[in-house]
Amino acid sequence: MTTLVFLEHHGDEILKTSLGVLSKAAEVGGQVEGVLVGSGVEPLASSAGKFGASTVLVADDPRLEAALPQPRVDVLAALVRDRGHENVLLAQSILGADVAAGLAARLEAGLNWQLTDVLTRDGELVGRQPALSDSVVCEVGWTETPRLALFRAGALDPVASGGEARVERVEPELEDFSLTAEMVEQAHEESEGPSIEDADVIVAGGRGLGGPENFTLVEDLAKALGGAVAATRAVVDAGWYPYQTQVGQTGKTVSPKLYIACGISGAIQHKVGMQASNVIVSINKDPNAPIFEYSDLGVVGDVHAIVPKLTELVRARRGG
Amino acid sequence: MKIAVCVKQVPDTPAKRMNRQTNRLDRSGEGALNPFDTQAVEEALRLKEAEGPGEVVLVSMGPPTAGDAMRKALAMGADRAILITDEAAAGSDLVATSRALAAALERESPDLVLFGQYAADSEGAVLWAAVAERLRRPMISQVAELTVDNGSVTGRRQTEFGYDVIRAPLPAVVAVSDAINEPRYPSLKGIMGAKRKPQDTLSLGDLGLEAAQAGEQGSRTTVLALHDPPPRGESRTIEDDGGAADEIVEFLAEKRLL
Ligand SMILES: Cc1cc2nc3c(=O)[nH]c(=O)nc-3n(C[C@H](O)[C@H](O)[C@H](O)COP(=O)(O)OP(=O)(O)OC[C@H]3O[C@@H](n4cnc5c(N)ncnc54)[C@H](O)[C@@H]3O)c2cc1C
Ligand SMILES: Nc1ncnc2c1ncn2[C@@H]1O[C@H](COP(=O)(O)O)[C@@H](O)[C@H]1O
Repeated sequence: MTTLVFLEHHGDEILKTSLGVLSKAAEVGGQVEGVLVGSGVEPLASSAGKFGASTVLVADDPRLEAALPQPRVDVLAALVRDRGHENVLLAQSILGADVAAGLAARLEAGLNWQLTDVLTRDGELVGRQPALSDSVVCEVGWTETPRLALFRAGALDPVASGGEARVERVEPELEDFSLTAEMVEQAHEESEGPSIEDADVIVAGGRGLGGPENFTLVEDLAKALGGAVAATRAVVDAGWYPYQTQVGQTGKTVSPKLYIACGISGAIQHKVGMQASNVIVSINKDPNAPIFEYSDLGVVGDVHAIVPKLTELVRARRGG
Repeated sequence: MKIAVCVKQVPDTPAKRMNRQTNRLDRSGEGALNPFDTQAVEEALRLKEAEGPGEVVLVSMGPPTAGDAMRKALAMGADRAILITDEAAAGSDLVATSRALAAALERESPDLVLFGQYAADSEGAVLWAAVAERLRRPMISQVAELTVDNGSVTGRRQTEFGYDVIRAPLPAVVAVSDAINEPRYPSLKGIMGAKRKPQDTLSLGDLGLEAAQAGEQGSRTTVLALHDPPPRGESRTIEDDGGAADEIVEFLAEKRLL
């Protein structure tokens, strides 16, 4: 079995999620190669050897500087065609997902997403895919090679096995249409203030709060409980709350003792960032909200009615 | 400007709707417009309103009942709808779905193709990238702020590291995030008018595709087995009758969290 793993990087590091996928590929066995795409990235390549890559293929080109998917499809497609990889594995990030789906269309190859694990059975690859808000776990397969797979953020941990990778440069041929989208601006948010990752109690607010002014509800409850405030991507992107507080696939991963979700639907991309919380309490007025599928205590009701009362009761108890 | 919006019909409550015989999603019963596609429709309508003369065309692949779901988007203000529906298309995966949608979009050749954040049943958040690849057009995903001017489209989007601003020349493919706008509710007039708007159905043959290029035959992935998720301990859902705050406090005390 030959496997290609997309090694996504940011700054001068290969992402932990990619190294987790690489380690899984090494565990599955066969020949495992990594591919690193960017500008000035060659120095990062050899570090992937420790996590199971025998070779790291490097496409290092100024045209590949911006983290845009379409030129990366060109690079990976050429590698799979030339070197005959049977599997192509990627971590499910904003970039990784777009690369994988573009590659699936280019190669007419099957893509399974949101996988949390993969194994071989009778020489075939089998993926584990929680689906439909994790209400069912599917075993998924591929009818032909190459097989493409995306792994859920945080599902796989890197395991250092201590090998050495050979680094090999590849010269990409890029399609015209792949180069037409351009990165105009990139703003990297530095976190400041206390990190929600260390909090024992988190009170999180979503779009169900109705507006930025209502974040005082969750702030007051968090304060009463001695906890921190978190938010969903929907409210962060709407400008209701700062980026640093976002929990989920594109935000932070937290595992407090208590997570109280207020007006949050519980989309899978939010869940992956908070499902490791010890106790999850949720308040949502929609009885069908996915968040109830994974709450220890779910309350069907209005946050505006319940949260202020709850804050009062907590204050009274903790004060007295 | 001509804008195509890809929309999907999804089961009303997708959770717990797997058919254990076929390993496929049970698509019988009430279907709804994928909630994440209403933001794509809304964005298309706003662009049309701002840019002057133009057209908003809905494109979907699904069972014949998907036409009902599309009617909601017509009621919001879209001009017409195209539904690819064919027995042979049932069970299509990403490769097969993107092939059929791209073929339909090719015929329409819109300036802009919009997608929603993800389909509530597939939870993929990937289809646009496959379609853009087949159309050989630039693509911007996860867009929370969109502007069109001077023949190009600019999208601002959140990533794991901060924010990107990406620009691409038209024609282009854009997937929006659910934070991009607050979708309008169809007016009564819109709902009445929707019934008279053109809704075309296309078979695979109409798109020049063979049956083997879609459905299970045209797909490259399979579902081998279904299992129950691991149990998550005791889980309780209560309805607030005015006493929910007390019940939460009791629960937290029981768990020694207060
Ligand atoms: C690639 C990708 C990455 C993503 N990354 C992230 C991420 O990192 N983090 C993240 O959070 N999301 C992420 N998302 C978005 C995610 O899919 C959801 O869209 C988002 O989490 C929804 O946020 P929300 O729950 O606040 O809003 P909604 O989904 O709109 O939910 C609001 C909820 O509030 C309830 N409600 C409304 N009014 C009331 C009331 N008065 N009282 C009680 N309840 C009420 C509603 O019933 C609803 O369930 C990502 C999506 C994609 C595609
Ligand atoms: N069968 C379909 N027909 C038309 N558009 C679809 C279909 N499935 C998905 N889409 C579009 O693609 C987006 C992403 O879907 P997915 O990648 O399956 O999560 C949805 O929000 C829709 O805009």
